[in-house]
Amino acid sequence: MEWVFAVLAGVLAASGVYLMLARHLLQVVFGVTLLSGAASVVVFVSGRLSAVAPALVPAGAEAPPAGAANPLPQALVLTAIVIGFGLAAFALALTVAAHRRLGTADPEAMREAEPRAPETPRAEAPAAESPAAEPPREAAE
Amino acid sequence: MTWLLAAPLLIPFAAAVATLLAPRVGVPPRLVSLIGSVLHLGAALALGERVLRDGVIAEGMGGWAPPVGIVLVADPFSALMLLAAAGLGLAVAVFALADIDPRREAAGWHALFQLLLAGASGAFLTGDLFNLYVWFEVMLIASFGMMTVGGSKAELDAGVKYVALNLVATVAFLAAIGLVHGVAGTLTLADLPGRIDAALAADPAVAPALGAAALLLLTALGAKAGLFPLFFWLPASYHAPSAATTAIFAGLLTKAGVYAMIRVFTLVFPEGPALDVLAPVAIATMVLGVIGAAAHKEVNRILAFHIVSQIGYVALGLALGSALALAGAILYLLHNIVVKANLILLAGVARRLTGSHHLSRAGGLYLVAPGLSALFVVAAFAMAGVPPLSGFWGKLALTRAGLEAGDWAAVAAVLGVGLFTLYSMTKIWLQGWLAPHPEGRTRPLAALPRGAQVAFVAPTAALTVVTLGLGLFPDMPFRAASAAAGALLDPAAYVAAVMGAPPETALAAAGGAAP
Repeated sequence: MEWVFAVLAGVLAASGVYLMLARHLLQVVFGVTLLSGAASVVVFVSGRLSAVAPALVPAGAEAPPAGAANPLPQALVLTAIVIGFGLAAFALALTVAAHRRLGTADPEAMREAEPRAPETPRAEAPAAESPAAEPPREAAE
Repeated sequence: MTWLLAAPLLIPFAAAVATLLAPRVGVPPRLVSLIGSVLHLGAALALGERVLRDGVIAEGMGGWAPPVGIVLVADPFSALMLLAAAGLGLAVAVFALADIDPRREAAGWHALFQLLLAGASGAFLTGDLFNLYVWFEVMLIASFGMMTVGGSKAELDAGVKYVALNLVATVAFLAAIGLVHGVAGTLTLADLPGRIDAALAADPAVAPALGAAALLLLTALGAKAGLFPLFFWLPASYHAPSAATTAIFAGLLTKAGVYAMIRVFTLVFPEGPALDVLAPVAIATMVLGVIGAAAHKEVNRILAFHIVSQIGYVALGLALGSALALAGAILYLLHNIVVKANLILLAGVARRLTGSHHLSRAGGLYLVAPGLSALFVVAAFAMAGVPPLSGFWGKLALTRAGLEAGDWAAVAAVLGVGLFTLYSMTKIWLQGWLAPHPEGRTRPLAALPRGAQVAFVAPTAALTVVTLGLGLFPDMPFRAASAAAGALLDPAAYVAAVMGAPPETALAAAGGAAP
């Protein structure tokens, strides 16, 4: 059974990396989401898979029955999913905000913080209207 | 006393909630944040005093004994880091009174700031690997917000790169945790060394999984710390937000990454392939960071590259691994938290007075603001490691450790990179402060509102005094760093304190178990 999950983790990670290499932010966000899915599968499988019994403590007992599934990886994965969900939501919101404000979804084309043009001072560069030559933070003030 | 370990976490969390509620009763959030930071520093001091007296203290949260329950642990290293973080937190909280504009304040900057302090405190105090991951996430989401809350184009652009690359590091961290748990069956840091040894003895076939986990951890924590080749998110983003934001990032985020790295690679994986690659990685980080800094002409970007370069020093101390090297690394880490944040704050003030971060459009500060210039000179030359300022002692210890180990590459890197750091600092000093402003419009400090003057000068002056103290009286900080390094290299007291911690009586009398 484990090998199915191992392959699944590999496929998820590979797809995630492939998407992250795309020049569109939305695909990058989806790529990160797939990658975190791959990590969750790794955590889940490494806790050993068993289909014997759910990790429930019967009434009156103090521990789950022998052979019950390991509950800790499930708890870890649950936490990781919740965190990943929050981060993905933030990343999506950031993508939308960046797209609206910067007018592009291509991370390569986003050069506000690191202008591609040589760092000529504005006084010597009258063409400062073009966004590429605009020095960082000046727009915010 | 039961609350001593939890207080550094509860106070910033409570302050974060209070800053959100404060505007409803007419209290400005920045004041709540300031009060929270004062209390946080108090809690860190109380915990530090207790650790000094009793050694390692540990406490099982929720009444569950370790390894089942999650523990908070304070050993000398984490207590020192917490103290530095809380002190810096207070300085930045004061600076933020004037630096954070009403728009960012209304958008919740101060709540995120307190959340960041909570996350860093949690990362320093937790005794559980998965918990460490969670605290890193707390820090991460808070820093995402602080990075982008202004909503300017540069901040959004920087935020995109910062978020994307940090999320990948997070995924690597999680996968590593899965592998470690798969082999050892526990995630309590103090329990891991014994369990890993037992697992290896029972079945040597688990060694590759452990090696992969160690390398994944090195990748994840290296990316968080800003090590080569995963540092490029840092200079791409750190210069974009406001000075207060960058200062607290520089003081806490990368430092929490390198803290976690030192913790994991002294306690859980004290030897292995990951540590073998660390020395060249550290040297490459130092060299490339300083070259990047030399190539730039904007103060905030130069300083961002120097963050990278100086994380390399700390990683080099870990890679050398001797008691002296670790002590040097810890001393350098503490010095760097104070000095680097101070330089970024001062650069923020300078930008307000000269109108630009760009060296060819700044200048004239020496004539107009001599006091501020004095603060900058001390901080800049402390960072370059000019004796007898604070950066010197850490570098001295690292150099001696390199000589003792016969690692000439390390010695050459420590000394050569120090020289280039001096070059960068001299460049900023000559062009940004000493030379006259090209347009002659440097404003004096008095042109700022009186409240802003105090908020800008008080924290930077206080941090400079700390720098001078660390430099002129290096004996006590060095002994503290040596004690922390000794405790890291001989984790018996740490393990005993955690594993022997009774769940309900909270504070184990484990200090007595110290060797």
